[in-house]
Amino acid sequence: MNVESPVRVEDKLYHNRYLVDIGHPHVKVRAHTTPSPQLLALLKACPARCYELNDNGQVEITVDGCIECGTCRVIAEPTGDIEWSHPRGGYGVQFKFG
Amino acid sequence: MIEERFDAIVVGAGMAGNAAALTMAKRGMKVLQLERGEYPGSKNVQGAILYADMMEKLVPEFREEAPLERHLIEQRFWMMDDRSHVGMHYRSDDFNEERPNRYTIIRAQFDKWFSSKVREAGATLLCETTVTELVRDERERIVGVRTDRRDGEIHADVVVLAEGVNGLLGTRAGLRARPRPDNVALAVKEMHFLPRETIEARFNLRGDEGVVIEAVGTISRGMTGMGFIYANKECISLGIGCLVADFQRTSQTPYGLLDQFKSHPSVAPLIAGSEVKEYSAHLIPEGGYKSIPQLYGEGWVVVGDAAQLNNAIHREGSNLAMTSGRIAAEAIGLVKSRGEPMSAANLSIYKKMLDDSFVIKDLKKYKDLPPLMHTQSQNFFLTYPQLISKAMQNFVRVDGTPKAEKEKATLKSFVKARSWAGLFGDACRFARAWR
Repeated sequence: MNVESPVRVEDKLYHNRYLVDIGHPHVKVRAHTTPSPQLLALLKACPARCYELNDNGQVEITVDGCIECGTCRVIAEPTGDIEWSHPRGGYGVQFKFG
Repeated sequence: MIEERFDAIVVGAGMAGNAAALTMAKRGMKVLQLERGEYPGSKNVQGAILYADMMEKLVPEFREEAPLERHLIEQRFWMMDDRSHVGMHYRSDDFNEERPNRYTIIRAQFDKWFSSKVREAGATLLCETTVTELVRDERERIVGVRTDRRDGEIHADVVVLAEGVNGLLGTRAGLRARPRPDNVALAVKEMHFLPRETIEARFNLRGDEGVVIEAVGTISRGMTGMGFIYANKECISLGIGCLVADFQRTSQTPYGLLDQFKSHPSVAPLIAGSEVKEYSAHLIPEGGYKSIPQLYGEGWVVVGDAAQLNNAIHREGSNLAMTSGRIAAEAIGLVKSRGEPMSAANLSIYKKMLDDSFVIKDLKKYKDLPPLMHTQSQNFFLTYPQLISKAMQNFVRVDGTPKAEKEKATLKSFVKARSWAGLFGDACRFARAWR
């Protein structure tokens, strides 16, 4: 049980229905050279794994799979590391069951 | 700006928002409800259990109309370690009653129905509309909202903030603080579909009988958290939640935790062969009484999860949301019937009425438990479950060791892990917080 098996989050998100607002991401990461501890925490804490480290060691976000829980807002908005808004009306994840 | 003026604007079409909008519309008030999702329920996530008593107060005939899953006849609590669970089950035929007390529901479906009742009562619902800002007058009173629609400013006498745990409006306007990582849990959930007969056989159910399992222990890897398994008609809601601060501290992943919970030997057979049709996540208010913000002000009230109204110990949230929404609406109705303005002084009656209800009384009773659980998470969620599992195994395994020696070994393992002072202190602290 202690061996961490790789979980493919994309396979989980695949079941969900989204209306992606192309060109209008509702969460943005502030430009940085070295990521803060809060930003680094998002790599693991985001349940949709929207946050990834790029080749330069900076944290980037792709919001397409976001399930709008707000975890990243609670962790990284106070430090100004991210800007968080709700998607525009009608966009984003649309739960069939919730 | 939309010229039409409303008695009240309700932001959000979840349990609290629907309860508030319905109650005001029934009183003949002119209500506008705004929802950012494609339909009511499309952004809402819950286990979910519906509490009949609070629902009856809003829609007395809901049992005949609402999309309900199973009425609960059994509750199981599990304390888990990696290979076992110690369980306490309560099952009673008393719950097979004419008007059952609790049901499992599927929120997206239930909320759609609930919203239809709100509209029948006369409220106007606008979906696919995100409220971006509260509008103030020159005296700083809230007089309406701004939305992301064109000409999106709308005015009303009062704004009911039913915007959920992650609501931005109230925090942006400085009416309350943003939830802190140690005051909210992140829960992730999957919907597992199986044939109805399979679910009934695996959970020992007949017809529409239902069961819920709630589990703590090593499944949360030392974090403050809980797993849940709820039987619906043709699917199982399965999930796990832990404090956001603990996720931040431990670098555990929510999906890793979920998959480990699913593969636990006590859980895996329940969902074997299922088809997963959705993966969701949501925050849950966990701060309890001490985290409740200011509940009213000049031209506004806040209800439900947005006001952190959630009883983490009894895992009750939606009923507190419904009740706070209804009470806020009744308070607003009272102020309006007197022909008085929606000032903070007049709206303070909402808090008085809520203080007198089970909502605040229950949260007050457990006011010290969340901090205790959060600071002692290693002990309550890792050490004790492991010790209790070992004690149980020692009790039931027959291997020729004299019983007196077995009991001594069990006691020794507890003292070794927590010391006499630690055990005594934990018991006292727990009892004091529960009282």
